[in-house]
Order: sequence, then C-alpha cells, then structure tokens
Amino acid sequence: MAQHKVNYTQDGGLPVALTSIDKIVNWGRSNSLWALTYGLACCGIEMMASGASRFDFDRYGTIFRASPRQADVMIVAGTLTKKHAEFIKRLYDQMTEPRWVISMGSCANTGGMFNTYATVQGCDRIIPVDLYLPGCAPRPETLQYGVMLLQQKIRANKAGNAQKAKRLM
Amino acid sequence: MRAYTPKDDVQAKAYYTDRFYVAPQVPKQDVADDAVFAADLEAISAKFEVKESFIQVGQMVVYINANDIYAVLELMRDELEYTQLTEMSAIDWLAKDNTFEIFYQMLSMNKRKRIRIKYFIENGQAVDSVEKLFRSADWSEREMFDMFGIEANNHPFMKRILMPYDWQGNPLLKTYPLEGDEFAAWYEVDKIYGKEARDIIGPELRDTARVDRYDSNRFARLGFEVPKGTEITDDMEKTVQSYQEDGGVFLITKLDKESSKVIDDPQR
Repeated sequence: MAQHKVNYTQDGGLPVALTSIDKIVNWGRSNSLWALTYGLACCGIEMMASGASRFDFDRYGTIFRASPRQADVMIVAGTLTKKHAEFIKRLYDQMTEPRWVISMGSCANTGGMFNTYATVQGCDRIIPVDLYLPGCAPRPETLQYGVMLLQQKIRANKAGNAQKAKRLM
Repeated sequence: MRAYTPKDDVQAKAYYTDRFYVAPQVPKQDVADDAVFAADLEAISAKFEVKESFIQVGQMVVYINANDIYAVLELMRDELEYTQLTEMSAIDWLAKDNTFEIFYQMLSMNKRKRIRIKYFIENGQAVDSVEKLFRSADWSEREMFDMFGIEANNHPFMKRILMPYDWQGNPLLKTYPLEGDEFAAWYEVDKIYGKEARDIIGPELRDTARVDRYDSNRFARLGFEVPKGTEITDDMEKTVQSYQEDGGVFLITKLDKESSKVIDDPQR
C-alpha cells in the first residue's frame, strides 16, 4: 500500500469547508484590496509609510498599483484641486467594479484648511466616498484601521449584486 | 525690540482686514550713498529716462518707462553684470489709480547687488516680454498673465500656467474673492457633470467646523446619542452610554457608576 495515501475519513477529516458564495467572494475581495497609488499631497507620505516595511500594508493584502484598471480601492490622499478634479473622476471611472473610495485626511474630506477658490471642498463632490478618515495627516495606523473598516463593510454586503450607485448621478 | 502686537487672532485676521490696506514703507535712502548703485544708475540714466530712484533695504529701486523695459534689462544684463532675473510680477493698484506696477528683481553675482526695475501700466495694457533675455521670465510672465490678466507681447506661449486653461478670472487681483466667484464655486461640477447637476450636488460647504445638533443623520452629540434619523428636541434625557459588555470581561471588574466618584473640578 502506498505510504502517502491519505484516508480523508480519518485523521483530521475531509478537506472541505462549507460556506456561502457571498462569504467566500467577500473573503477574497476584502483580503486583497489593491489600492490605487494616489498621493496628492502630504497624506500621500503617510500612505507610502503605510505601504513600507514598518507598517507593512501587504499584511492586509493591500498592494499599491499604479493603474486604476488593477485597483479596487482609491485612497484619495491629499488636497484635491479644482484643476485636478476631472482627472480623479476619470481615474475613478477607469476602475473596475466593485470599487471603493477612501477619503484620507481633512483636505480630501472637506477641503480642510484650504478654504480657497482653487480647492475642491471635499472629494465627495466628484466621486462617491465609502470611508472618511479624519486627521491632518492621518497616521498610517488610521489608514490601516480604515482599510479594516472597509473590509468589514465589504463583508457585510452581498457579493452577488452589482454595486448600487452610491450617488444620484 | 519690535513693538508687541497681539497675535491671538492672526488666522482669523485674514478674513476681516482690509484687502486694499497698504503697509507703511521702510525709509528710503539716496542712491549716492552707495558707489556701486550710483554708477549703475548713471549708466541707465545715460540712455533711458529714469523717473525715480532710491535705495530701500540695501536694494536699489529704479522707476522707468514701460516702453524701455527690454532695452534696460538688456543693458543691465550685458553691460552692468546683472545676469539673473530672480523674480518678476505685478502689483495691483487698480483700486487706487487703475494701474498695475510691474517689477523685475535683478541679481548680480559679481557685484553682490540687487536692483529692482519698476514701471506702471494702465489696466488692460500689455507689457513687453523679456523672455528672449531671461528664460526665467517665460513662466513668470505666464503666471502674471494667469494671476493678473496682464499679457506680454512677443511671448512664445502666452497661456495660463497655474489655473486650468478654461478658467475665468484672475485670482491674484485684489477684487477677486478668496473663496472664489460664482464660476470658481461651480467649476468642477460644471466641467464634469454639467450645469444641470448643480441642484443635485449642491453648493460648497465652506464652514468645515459646522455642527448641527438637531441633525441626527450626520452628527452624534456626545452624551445624547440617539438612533440615526431621530427627531431631536431640546428637552432630551442624557443617554448613559456603557462601553462594557454586560457580563463583564475576564479579570476586569465592571465599573459601578453608583459607587464611583466623579471629579467635576479639574483644578481639584
């Protein structure tokens, strides 16, 4: 008898786990959130720190991609100027569904201290936002906690349905 | 020592100080006080009309005619060793006498001196480009065009540099509101979604610290937490929040509010 033959009915049981489609799809989605490299200002430095070895975003399956076509989540890290507004919309449209947006820091949330003619007063005027991170700039821990919250949000939703429009537009 | 001025409202001050306020000037000295500047001024005034000249904070300021600017800067670069144009832009005097003051800050590394060439133009008048003399004037003149609307003749690429090409208005004019005019307020919405989306997206919220205690959809008042969407009235009971599980946590004693003492006075 072959030595390597495994008797699945004994010694640890069958290599089968029962789950629902929703759960396994959401498990896959939430644990490989590839983020679009989108540092617009000083928050981008904190975002880079989150990706580097000390804070190590790879633990969460979050890998920064330079193309919106490979990204699941857009982290708007920094001040969004009015000149740049059309490009954030274009990049968002190029991301494949399902897609999520994290608005990182005061400037992306509300315009922050830039109460001027040239700054978009909150990136949610342009694209739908799933998560707002407070701070100026938020620490890498905040961003990582935000990604964990986003993972919770993804797991709480049904996977099969197409993403509902998050905005009236 | 400088006179003390209260600095407790420096950030708010920008919102209520007069934007047409002109700061007091530092004292002016005679050009004859400095031998190098005196020789330079003599070389300039030999060929061009000099309207006014003085030394201020160790730098000579020379007022000339607007038409002479190219020739004056050429003379200064080629003969007087002022080889760098470090900065140039305009000053808005439209409220005072409908003019712009254009300045060119020149640096001589050999002489270790700086000269500021200035002249006035009427509103709507164009200036002569010095881009052929100094490459740095390329972007400076574009910025001047962008921010003040002053065009430079003979410039190779007279377009906006900081604001988008389809922008309307010149943001550095003193009459331009800091938070933007009607065009600026709706710029990104109009451009991306079209004017009909204005009603859906709504106007910009400029007060980012705004809190509405009666709006339970967007705000949660500490100590008065209610479910989202609840109607809030003034005579509501304070909700006692407990952040500990009912059964308690292993090894951690559950807080008993009745037997604990609350210290109200922070200065106790």
